[in-house]
Amino acid sequence: MITIKLYEKTKEFAGNKDIAREIRLKEILPNIDDEDKIILDFENVNSATQSFIHALISDVIRKKGIHIFDKLYFKNCNENIQKIITIVTEYMQEPN
Amino acid sequence: MKIHLPNSVWIGNIDHFLKTIDNSDETCLEISSHEEWVSVHPVVLSMVVALGKKILGLNGKIRFQKMTAKSSHYLERMEVFSLLRLDSEIKITKHDSTGRFIPIQIITNSQELDRFITEIIPLIHKEPDKVDPLKYVITELVRNVLEHAHTEQGAVVSAQYYEKSNTIRLGIADTGIGLKESLKIYAPKDNINAISLALTPGVTGTTKSIGGTGENAGAGLFFIKSIAKFNRDFFMIYSGDAMYKLLKNPKHKNIKLIADPLQEHCSYSANYPHWQGTVVGIDICLNDHSQFTELLDLIRNFYRDVRKQKTKEKFKRPRFI
Repeated sequence: MITIKLYEKTKEFAGNKDIAREIRLKEILPNIDDEDKIILDFENVNSATQSFIHALISDVIRKKGIHIFDKLYFKNCNENIQKIITIVTEYMQEPN
Repeated sequence: MKIHLPNSVWIGNIDHFLKTIDNSDETCLEISSHEEWVSVHPVVLSMVVALGKKILGLNGKIRFQKMTAKSSHYLERMEVFSLLRLDSEIKITKHDSTGRFIPIQIITNSQELDRFITEIIPLIHKEPDKVDPLKYVITELVRNVLEHAHTEQGAVVSAQYYEKSNTIRLGIADTGIGLKESLKIYAPKDNINAISLALTPGVTGTTKSIGGTGENAGAGLFFIKSIAKFNRDFFMIYSGDAMYKLLKNPKHKNIKLIADPLQEHCSYSANYPHWQGTVVGIDICLNDHSQFTELLDLIRNFYRDVRKQKTKEKFKRPRFI
Protein backbone atom coordinates (compact mmCIF):
# COMPACT_ATOMS: atom_id res chain seq x y z
CA MET A 1 0.00 0.00 0.00
CA ILE A 2 1.23 3.47 -0.90
CA THR A 3 -0.07 6.71 0.54
CA ILE A 4 0.62 9.88 -1.42
CA LYS A 5 0.24 12.99 0.69
CA LEU A 6 -0.85 15.73 -1.68
CA TYR A 7 -0.33 18.60 0.77
CA GLU A 8 3.42 17.98 0.81
CA LYS A 9 3.47 18.76 -2.89
CA THR A 10 0.65 21.24 -3.42
CA LYS A 11 0.09 22.99 -0.08
CA GLU A 12 -3.48 24.24 0.48
CA PHE A 13 -4.36 24.86 -3.15
CA ALA A 14 -3.93 22.04 -5.66
CA GLY A 15 -3.82 23.82 -8.99
CA ASN A 16 -0.43 23.15 -10.54
CA LYS A 17 -0.99 20.56 -13.26
CA ASP A 18 2.76 19.93 -13.58
CA ILE A 19 2.74 18.58 -10.03
CA ALA A 20 -0.33 16.45 -10.77
CA ARG A 21 1.31 15.05 -13.87
CA GLU A 22 4.48 14.21 -11.96
CA ILE A 23 2.53 12.38 -9.25
CA ARG A 24 0.64 10.45 -11.92
CA LEU A 25 3.74 9.52 -13.92
CA LYS A 26 6.18 8.89 -11.08
CA GLU A 27 4.05 7.60 -8.26
CA ILE A 28 0.68 6.30 -9.43
CA LEU A 29 1.22 4.63 -12.80
CA PRO A 30 4.52 2.85 -11.98
CA ASN A 31 3.01 1.31 -8.83
CA ILE A 32 -0.61 0.71 -9.66
CA ASP A 33 -0.14 -2.84 -10.96
CA ASP A 34 2.03 -4.05 -8.09
CA GLU A 35 0.35 -2.38 -5.14
CA ASP A 36 -2.95 -3.55 -3.70
CA LYS A 37 -3.89 -0.01 -2.74
CA ILE A 38 -2.80 3.53 -3.61
CA ILE A 39 -4.22 6.25 -1.39
CA LEU A 40 -4.29 9.86 -2.50
CA ASP A 41 -4.45 11.73 0.79
CA PHE A 42 -5.82 15.29 0.51
CA GLU A 43 -5.43 16.15 4.19
CA ASN A 44 -5.00 19.96 4.62
CA VAL A 45 -5.61 20.59 0.92
CA ASN A 46 -8.42 23.16 0.88
CA SER A 47 -9.22 23.27 -2.80
CA ALA A 48 -8.28 21.78 -6.14
CA THR A 49 -8.97 22.70 -9.72
CA GLN A 50 -10.69 20.40 -12.17
CA SER A 51 -7.55 20.61 -14.33
CA PHE A 52 -5.38 19.41 -11.46
CA ILE A 53 -7.61 16.43 -10.70
CA HIS A 54 -7.88 15.64 -14.41
CA ALA A 55 -4.09 15.67 -14.78
CA LEU A 56 -3.80 13.51 -11.66
CA ILE A 57 -6.17 10.66 -12.52
CA SER A 58 -7.70 10.83 -16.00
CA ASP A 59 -4.87 9.04 -17.75
CA VAL A 60 -4.82 6.40 -15.03
CA ILE A 61 -8.50 5.72 -15.71
CA ARG A 62 -7.90 5.69 -19.46
CA LYS A 63 -4.91 3.36 -19.27
CA LYS A 64 -6.08 0.99 -16.55
CA GLY A 65 -9.86 1.09 -16.89
CA ILE A 66 -12.54 1.86 -14.34
CA HIS A 67 -11.65 -1.12 -12.18
CA ILE A 68 -8.71 0.97 -11.06
CA PHE A 69 -11.07 2.35 -8.42
CA ASP A 70 -10.79 -0.99 -6.63
CA LYS A 71 -7.20 0.05 -5.92
CA LEU A 72 -7.15 3.83 -6.05
CA TYR A 73 -8.59 5.57 -3.00
CA PHE A 74 -9.10 9.23 -2.08
CA LYS A 75 -8.68 10.16 1.58
CA ASN A 76 -9.47 13.28 3.62
CA CYS A 77 -11.09 15.09 0.71
CA ASN A 78 -13.34 17.98 1.62
CA GLU A 79 -16.75 18.24 0.01
CA ASN A 80 -15.66 20.31 -2.98
CA ILE A 81 -12.63 18.18 -3.77
CA GLN A 82 -14.84 15.07 -3.56
CA LYS A 83 -17.22 16.63 -6.04
CA ILE A 84 -14.47 17.59 -8.48
CA ILE A 85 -13.01 14.08 -8.32
CA THR A 86 -16.48 12.68 -8.96
CA ILE A 87 -17.01 14.98 -11.95
CA VAL A 88 -13.68 13.95 -13.50
CA THR A 89 -14.22 10.22 -12.92
CA GLU A 90 -17.73 10.46 -14.37
CA TYR A 91 -16.84 12.32 -17.54
CA MET A 92 -13.89 9.95 -18.07
CA GLN A 93 -16.44 7.15 -18.20
CA GLU A 94 -18.56 8.79 -20.88
CA PRO A 95 -19.44 6.50 -23.77
CA ASN A 96 -17.59 7.26 -27.02
CA MET B 1 -2.06 51.34 -32.72
CA LYS B 2 -4.24 53.64 -30.67
CA ILE B 3 -6.12 53.04 -27.45
CA HIS B 4 -8.25 55.59 -25.68
CA LEU B 5 -9.11 55.00 -22.03
CA PRO B 6 -12.59 56.41 -21.64
CA ASN B 7 -14.40 57.68 -18.60
CA SER B 8 -15.84 54.33 -17.59
CA VAL B 9 -15.47 50.76 -18.84
CA TRP B 10 -16.90 47.67 -17.22
CA ILE B 11 -17.77 44.38 -18.90
CA GLY B 12 -21.35 45.46 -19.41
CA ASN B 13 -20.33 48.35 -21.68
CA ILE B 14 -16.94 47.15 -22.92
CA ASP B 15 -18.19 46.74 -26.51
CA HIS B 16 -17.73 50.41 -27.32
CA PHE B 17 -14.21 50.56 -25.89
CA LEU B 18 -13.13 47.53 -27.94
CA LYS B 19 -14.46 49.08 -31.12
CA THR B 20 -12.34 52.19 -30.62
CA ILE B 21 -9.06 50.26 -30.64
CA ASP B 22 -7.07 51.22 -33.72
CA ASN B 23 -4.63 48.47 -34.60
CA SER B 24 -3.45 49.87 -37.92
CA ASP B 25 0.21 50.46 -37.04
CA GLU B 26 2.09 47.76 -35.09
CA THR B 27 5.25 49.84 -34.67
CA CYS B 28 3.73 52.36 -32.30
CA LEU B 29 1.16 52.37 -29.51
CA GLU B 30 -0.49 55.67 -28.67
CA ILE B 31 -2.51 55.76 -25.47
CA SER B 32 -4.82 58.61 -24.57
CA SER B 33 -7.36 58.97 -21.81
CA HIS B 34 -10.43 60.83 -20.65
CA GLU B 35 -9.55 64.27 -19.36
CA GLU B 36 -11.36 64.15 -16.04
CA TRP B 37 -11.76 60.66 -14.74
CA VAL B 38 -10.81 57.14 -15.85
CA SER B 39 -12.50 54.18 -14.23
CA VAL B 40 -11.82 50.99 -16.14
CA HIS B 41 -12.22 47.28 -15.57
CA PRO B 42 -8.86 45.57 -14.92
CA VAL B 43 -9.27 43.69 -18.20
CA VAL B 44 -8.71 47.01 -19.99
CA LEU B 45 -5.43 47.58 -18.17
CA SER B 46 -4.34 44.01 -18.92
CA MET B 47 -5.05 44.65 -22.60
CA VAL B 48 -3.09 47.93 -22.61
CA VAL B 49 -0.07 46.32 -20.97
CA ALA B 50 -0.26 43.19 -23.17
CA LEU B 51 -0.32 45.34 -26.29
CA GLY B 52 2.44 47.57 -24.96
CA LYS B 53 4.70 44.62 -24.13
CA LYS B 54 4.13 43.27 -27.62
CA ILE B 55 5.07 46.62 -29.19
CA LEU B 56 8.16 46.89 -26.99
CA GLY B 57 9.11 43.34 -27.99
CA LEU B 58 9.00 44.48 -31.60
CA ASN B 59 11.20 47.49 -30.75
CA GLY B 60 8.24 49.76 -31.33
CA LYS B 61 7.40 52.96 -29.50
CA ILE B 62 4.80 53.75 -26.87
CA ARG B 63 3.41 57.23 -26.40
CA PHE B 64 1.14 57.82 -23.43
CA GLN B 65 -0.56 61.20 -23.68
CA LYS B 66 -0.08 63.01 -20.38
CA MET B 67 -3.00 62.14 -18.14
CA THR B 68 -4.94 64.98 -16.63
CA ALA B 69 -7.50 62.78 -14.89
CA LYS B 70 -7.02 62.50 -11.14
CA SER B 71 -7.39 58.74 -11.47
CA SER B 72 -3.98 58.63 -13.14
CA HIS B 73 -2.72 57.65 -9.68
CA TYR B 74 -4.66 54.43 -9.98
CA LEU B 75 -2.85 53.52 -13.21
CA GLU B 76 0.44 54.36 -11.52
CA ARG B 77 -0.39 52.07 -8.58
CA MET B 78 -1.44 49.31 -10.96
CA GLU B 79 2.08 49.73 -12.45
CA VAL B 80 0.83 50.36 -15.98
CA PHE B 81 3.52 52.98 -16.63
CA SER B 82 6.47 51.08 -15.22
CA LEU B 83 5.53 47.92 -17.12
CA LEU B 84 5.44 49.98 -20.31
CA ARG B 85 8.79 51.56 -19.38
CA LEU B 86 7.25 55.01 -19.19
CA ASP B 87 7.85 57.78 -16.71
CA SER B 88 4.43 58.99 -15.67
CA GLU B 89 5.92 61.88 -13.67
CA ILE B 90 3.29 61.01 -11.07
CA LYS B 91 4.56 61.05 -7.50
CA ILE B 92 2.55 58.90 -5.16
CA THR B 93 2.87 57.47 -1.70
CA LYS B 94 2.31 53.75 -1.99
CA HIS B 95 -0.14 52.58 0.62
CA ASP B 96 -0.65 48.92 1.29
CA SER B 97 -2.80 47.48 -1.52
CA THR B 98 -4.15 44.67 0.67
CA GLY B 99 -7.88 44.32 0.32
CA ARG B 100 -8.10 46.51 -2.75
CA PHE B 101 -6.25 45.45 -5.86
CA ILE B 102 -3.48 43.42 -7.38
CA PRO B 103 -1.01 45.47 -9.43
CA ILE B 104 -0.66 44.10 -12.94
CA GLN B 105 1.41 40.92 -13.08
CA ILE B 106 3.01 39.26 -16.06
CA ILE B 107 3.14 35.51 -15.65
CA THR B 108 5.28 33.54 -18.07
CA ASN B 109 5.69 30.16 -16.41
CA SER B 110 4.29 27.70 -13.90
CA GLN B 111 6.60 28.80 -11.06
CA GLU B 112 5.52 32.43 -11.40
CA LEU B 113 1.90 31.30 -11.36
CA ASP B 114 2.50 29.30 -8.16
CA ARG B 115 4.09 32.31 -6.47
CA PHE B 116 1.27 34.55 -7.62
CA ILE B 117 -1.37 32.16 -6.28
CA THR B 118 0.27 31.58 -2.90
CA GLU B 119 1.71 35.02 -2.16
CA ILE B 120 -0.14 37.69 -4.13
CA ILE B 121 -3.78 36.64 -4.41
CA PRO B 122 -4.40 36.34 -0.65
CA LEU B 123 -3.50 40.05 -0.42
CA ILE B 124 -6.60 41.11 -2.29
CA HIS B 125 -8.95 40.21 0.52
CA LYS B 126 -8.59 40.58 4.24
CA GLU B 127 -9.84 37.05 4.68
CA PRO B 128 -7.53 34.99 2.44
CA ASP B 129 -9.85 31.95 2.55
CA LYS B 130 -12.46 33.95 0.67
CA VAL B 131 -10.34 34.12 -2.45
CA ASP B 132 -10.44 30.42 -3.35
CA PRO B 133 -12.73 31.03 -6.37
CA LEU B 134 -10.29 33.69 -7.56
CA LYS B 135 -7.36 31.30 -7.20
CA TYR B 136 -9.34 28.73 -9.14
CA VAL B 137 -10.22 31.08 -12.01
CA ILE B 138 -6.76 32.65 -12.32
CA THR B 139 -5.02 29.29 -12.23
CA GLU B 140 -7.19 27.87 -15.00
CA LEU B 141 -7.00 30.98 -17.19
CA VAL B 142 -3.26 31.51 -16.83
CA ARG B 143 -2.61 27.80 -17.47
CA ASN B 144 -4.58 28.18 -20.68
CA VAL B 145 -2.24 30.97 -21.76
CA LEU B 146 0.91 29.09 -20.75
CA GLU B 147 -0.18 25.89 -22.50
CA HIS B 148 -2.08 27.07 -25.55
CA ALA B 149 -1.24 30.69 -26.43
CA HIS B 150 2.35 30.02 -27.60
CA THR B 151 3.67 33.39 -26.56
CA GLU B 152 6.78 34.31 -24.62
CA GLN B 153 5.02 37.44 -23.39
CA GLY B 154 2.92 35.31 -21.04
CA ALA B 155 -0.35 36.25 -19.38
CA VAL B 156 -1.02 39.80 -18.20
CA VAL B 157 -3.17 39.62 -15.08
CA SER B 158 -4.82 42.32 -13.01
CA ALA B 159 -7.60 42.39 -10.43
CA GLN B 160 -9.55 44.88 -8.40
CA TYR B 161 -11.72 44.27 -5.36
CA TYR B 162 -15.02 46.18 -4.97
CA GLU B 163 -16.08 46.14 -1.36
CA LYS B 164 -19.64 47.37 -1.91
CA SER B 165 -20.56 44.45 -4.15
CA ASN B 166 -18.01 42.08 -2.57
CA THR B 167 -16.83 41.39 -6.09
CA ILE B 168 -13.44 40.97 -7.67
CA ARG B 169 -13.05 42.12 -11.25
CA LEU B 170 -10.36 40.21 -13.09
CA GLY B 171 -8.70 40.62 -16.46
CA ILE B 172 -6.25 38.34 -18.27
CA ALA B 173 -4.84 39.18 -21.68
CA ASP B 174 -2.31 37.57 -23.97
CA THR B 175 -0.96 38.32 -27.42
CA GLY B 176 -0.50 34.72 -28.47
CA ILE B 177 -1.90 32.68 -31.34
CA GLY B 178 -5.56 33.21 -30.43
CA LEU B 179 -8.37 30.71 -30.09
CA LYS B 180 -8.94 30.06 -33.79
CA GLU B 181 -5.36 28.89 -34.28
CA SER B 182 -5.25 27.10 -30.93
CA LEU B 183 -8.34 25.04 -31.83
CA LYS B 184 -7.36 24.43 -35.45
CA ILE B 185 -7.90 20.66 -35.18
CA TYR B 186 -11.61 21.52 -35.12
CA ALA B 187 -11.21 23.81 -38.15
CA PRO B 188 -13.32 26.63 -36.69
CA LYS B 189 -14.90 28.56 -39.51
CA ASP B 190 -14.46 31.94 -37.80
CA ASN B 191 -13.53 33.52 -34.49
CA ILE B 192 -17.05 33.26 -33.05
CA ASN B 193 -17.01 29.55 -33.82
CA ALA B 194 -13.57 29.30 -32.14
CA ILE B 195 -14.83 31.06 -28.99
CA SER B 196 -17.89 28.85 -28.97
CA LEU B 197 -15.72 25.72 -29.22
CA ALA B 198 -13.39 26.98 -26.46
CA LEU B 199 -16.36 27.38 -24.09
CA THR B 200 -17.91 24.02 -24.98
CA PRO B 201 -17.17 21.27 -22.45
CA GLY B 202 -15.00 18.48 -23.81
CA VAL B 203 -13.32 20.57 -26.50
CA THR B 204 -9.54 20.95 -26.20
CA GLY B 205 -7.02 22.03 -28.78
CA THR B 206 -4.83 19.02 -28.06
CA THR B 207 -7.13 16.16 -29.12
CA LYS B 208 -10.61 15.33 -30.33
CA SER B 209 -10.76 12.21 -28.14
CA ILE B 210 -13.50 11.93 -25.51
CA GLY B 211 -12.05 12.79 -22.10
CA GLY B 212 -9.21 14.79 -23.67
CA THR B 213 -5.58 13.94 -23.00
CA GLY B 214 -3.89 13.17 -19.69
CA GLU B 215 -3.37 16.91 -19.23
CA ASN B 216 -6.36 18.56 -20.90
CA ALA B 217 -10.06 17.85 -20.68
CA GLY B 218 -11.41 20.95 -22.37
CA ALA B 219 -13.42 21.81 -19.27
CA GLY B 220 -11.56 24.82 -17.83
CA LEU B 221 -13.36 27.64 -19.64
CA PHE B 222 -16.70 25.87 -19.28
CA PHE B 223 -16.17 25.77 -15.50
CA ILE B 224 -15.22 29.46 -15.44
CA LYS B 225 -18.18 30.52 -17.55
CA SER B 226 -20.33 28.42 -15.20
CA ILE B 227 -18.90 30.20 -12.14
CA ALA B 228 -19.88 33.55 -13.67
CA LYS B 229 -23.30 32.27 -14.69
CA PHE B 230 -24.00 30.74 -11.29
CA ASN B 231 -23.06 33.98 -9.52
CA ARG B 232 -25.04 35.97 -12.09
CA ASP B 233 -21.88 37.86 -12.99
CA PHE B 234 -20.40 39.07 -16.26
CA PHE B 235 -17.87 37.11 -18.29
CA MET B 236 -16.31 38.11 -21.59
CA ILE B 237 -13.85 36.57 -24.00
CA TYR B 238 -12.31 38.34 -26.97
CA SER B 239 -10.11 36.77 -29.64
CA GLY B 240 -9.48 37.73 -33.25
CA ASP B 241 -12.35 39.91 -34.40
CA ALA B 242 -14.91 38.30 -32.09
CA MET B 243 -16.14 39.05 -28.60
CA TYR B 244 -18.52 36.89 -26.57
CA LYS B 245 -20.16 38.25 -23.46
CA LEU B 246 -22.12 36.25 -20.93
CA LEU B 247 -24.74 38.63 -19.62
CA LYS B 248 -25.94 38.70 -16.05
CA ASN B 249 -28.58 36.09 -15.47
CA PRO B 250 -31.78 37.65 -14.17
CA LYS B 251 -32.38 36.91 -10.49
CA HIS B 252 -35.77 35.33 -11.07
CA LYS B 253 -34.38 32.76 -13.52
CA ASN B 254 -33.16 29.37 -12.32
CA ILE B 255 -29.61 28.57 -13.31
CA LYS B 256 -29.26 25.76 -15.82
CA LEU B 257 -25.92 24.95 -17.39
CA ILE B 258 -25.92 24.77 -21.16
CA ALA B 259 -23.27 23.12 -23.36
CA ASP B 260 -23.69 25.50 -26.29
CA PRO B 261 -22.43 28.92 -25.11
CA LEU B 262 -24.29 30.71 -27.89
CA GLN B 263 -27.58 29.53 -26.39
CA GLU B 264 -26.82 31.30 -23.12
CA HIS B 265 -28.13 34.72 -22.08
CA CYS B 266 -25.29 36.39 -23.98
CA SER B 267 -24.20 38.71 -26.74
CA TYR B 268 -21.58 38.01 -29.39
CA SER B 269 -20.32 39.65 -32.53
CA ALA B 270 -17.41 39.45 -34.95
CA ASN B 271 -17.09 43.08 -35.93
CA TYR B 272 -14.37 44.16 -33.53
CA PRO B 273 -10.80 45.26 -34.33
CA HIS B 274 -8.61 42.18 -34.58
CA TRP B 275 -7.00 41.17 -31.28
CA GLN B 276 -4.03 38.89 -31.87
CA GLY B 277 -4.37 36.63 -28.86
CA THR B 278 -7.08 36.17 -26.27
CA VAL B 279 -8.58 38.39 -23.59
CA VAL B 280 -10.78 37.21 -20.73
CA GLY B 281 -12.62 39.42 -18.27
CA ILE B 282 -14.75 38.18 -15.41
CA ASP B 283 -16.43 39.51 -12.29
CA ILE B 284 -16.40 37.12 -9.35
CA CYS B 285 -18.69 37.59 -6.40
CA LEU B 286 -17.02 36.38 -3.19
CA ASN B 287 -20.17 35.11 -1.60
CA ASP B 288 -20.74 32.17 0.65
CA HIS B 289 -18.32 29.29 0.04
CA SER B 290 -21.27 26.89 -0.14
CA GLN B 291 -22.27 28.43 -3.46
CA PHE B 292 -19.24 26.85 -5.13
CA THR B 293 -20.36 23.50 -3.74
CA GLU B 294 -23.80 24.03 -5.28
CA LEU B 295 -22.19 24.91 -8.59
CA LEU B 296 -20.17 21.70 -8.55
CA ASP B 297 -23.44 19.80 -8.09
CA LEU B 298 -24.85 21.55 -11.14
CA ILE B 299 -21.76 20.73 -13.19
CA ARG B 300 -21.91 17.10 -12.10
CA ASN B 301 -25.58 16.87 -13.07
CA PHE B 302 -24.80 18.57 -16.36
CA TYR B 303 -22.19 15.93 -17.25
CA ARG B 304 -24.60 13.18 -16.18
CA ASP B 305 -27.27 14.56 -18.50
CA VAL B 306 -24.77 14.71 -21.34
CA ARG B 307 -23.82 11.10 -20.68
CA LYS B 308 -27.44 10.00 -20.55
CA GLN B 309 -28.10 11.75 -23.83
CA LYS B 310 -25.07 10.12 -25.48
CA THR B 311 -26.06 6.70 -24.17
CA LYS B 312 -29.58 7.25 -25.46
CA GLU B 313 -28.23 8.20 -28.87
CA LYS B 314 -26.16 5.01 -29.01
CA PHE B 315 -28.98 2.79 -27.76
CA LYS B 316 -31.00 1.25 -30.58
CA ARG B 317 -34.41 -0.19 -29.96
CA PRO B 318 -35.83 -2.85 -32.24
CA ARG B 319 -38.36 -1.46 -34.66
CA PHE B 320 -41.58 -3.44 -34.99
CA ILE B 321 -43.40 -2.67 -38.17
